[in-house]
Amino acid sequence: MTAKLWQTVKVPWIDDNPITLQILGICSALAVTTSLDTALVMTAAVTCVLAISGASVSLIRNFLPRSIRIIVQITIIASLVIVVDQVLKAYAFEISKRLSVFVGLIVTNCLVLGRAEGFAMRNGVLASTLDGIGNGIGYGLILILVGVVREFFGKGSLLGKQILITTSQGGAFEPLHLMLLPPSAFFIIGVIIWVIRTKKPKQVEQPEFQVRSEGMQQ
Amino acid sequence: MVERTVEDNPLRALLTALAVAVVCALVVSYSAVTLRPLYVANVEAERQARLESILTALPETMGKVDIADVRARVVELNSGVYTDDVDATTFDPAKAILDVNLSIAVPPERDLAGIKRRAHHAVVYIVHDEGGAPRALILPVYGSGYQSTLYGFLALTADTQTVLGLKFYEQNDTPGIGARIQDPDWEALWPGKMVYDDTGRLRLGVARGQVAPSSEEAEFIVDGISGATRTSLGVHELVRFWLGDYGFGPYLERVRNDRG
Repeated sequence: MTAKLWQTVKVPWIDDNPITLQILGICSALAVTTSLDTALVMTAAVTCVLAISGASVSLIRNFLPRSIRIIVQITIIASLVIVVDQVLKAYAFEISKRLSVFVGLIVTNCLVLGRAEGFAMRNGVLASTLDGIGNGIGYGLILILVGVVREFFGKGSLLGKQILITTSQGGAFEPLHLMLLPPSAFFIIGVIIWVIRTKKPKQVEQPEFQVRSEGMQQ
Repeated sequence: MVERTVEDNPLRALLTALAVAVVCALVVSYSAVTLRPLYVANVEAERQARLESILTALPETMGKVDIADVRARVVELNSGVYTDDVDATTFDPAKAILDVNLSIAVPPERDLAGIKRRAHHAVVYIVHDEGGAPRALILPVYGSGYQSTLYGFLALTADTQTVLGLKFYEQNDTPGIGARIQDPDWEALWPGKMVYDDTGRLRLGVARGQVAPSSEEAEFIVDGISGATRTSLGVHELVRFWLGDYGFGPYLERVRNDRG
């Protein structure tokens, strides 16, 4: 049993990663990864919401009529997000200002509703909590990876500490401004997906439509 | 979903929804009430930091300003005179506008800043030079942006004629678009703009789009932020409001008269 629960936590790290395999939560992954500290705080926020919403939805799953399940899940998730937002504003004011609307937008992160509807509705409280934590970590791993690449190459720093001296400061490093723009996160996530799927060919999806060979000739 | 035994019974759905709503409301209310003071303290610290930063952002020709040379005074806005009846350190305009005795309703057609009510008083900061003569006035301004209220400070020379700077310390407009009112590049457009033309008409404002540097307007008008029409317009209107009759207009006029 414990081995199975450990599996629940670990599978979303790479094998069933929410971003690279399920392709969920991309919007926030683009928005908050210009630096590592925002990526870390966002990871913590999303993990908390995932774990607690998973537990809550799982707790009431047997009392929850099918017809209103989505709106009830959203209510729970939205309440948790408001609380997380207020905690950040009270204890991490600077970083909450930089995350701005993206904390509030966790409500619309498909990942959270996806886990509530897809996992917590049919699993126990402990398993659902662990699934939330596991998915939070899986989401966070990608966020942190993208955050490190973007902050390092875009600003020459990590966690706000200057590592490479930029040309404007008299050094030799020319920051890649593209890294600070949203498209770069797409490129980095694309490369990560490519690497993972090359290592684990099982993750490669079958094309929905096969190009027919006779169509190619003519 | 096979193991589920709940059939779709309207009463049951209602009760579940009600229970979830009550629990969620309690959790949200509790955290809102307990965490609010911390948030307010953070915003206040930010306001002080912004005030200090607007001091350091004053033009270099003014030299360095020591915070000890700054004096906070309360102005009675209708008459434009200083008053000592209200304590500058504890005065809170956000509280005052909730009290009918401490604020007035702004007529909608005059309410450029979209603030509905305005406190009778405002705290202004006067920057003095070594000899004790006023060099600059720092006025708190606020008003509606695109989707949030913008709070900032407008600094003018002591003769009220020239802008020394405009800085916003709190706003929640679109990140990367409207939020660019806090960009140093945009803030740098303000110092040196004239507030009034030769006839004394209030001209300071924000353009829709760019202002041709050669045009007569360039002396008074700042470029708008591209893509942020509503935020730019909000800044324009709040500047006009606070420099106008319902804002600091009477006070600024008195300052000019006192200088002779």
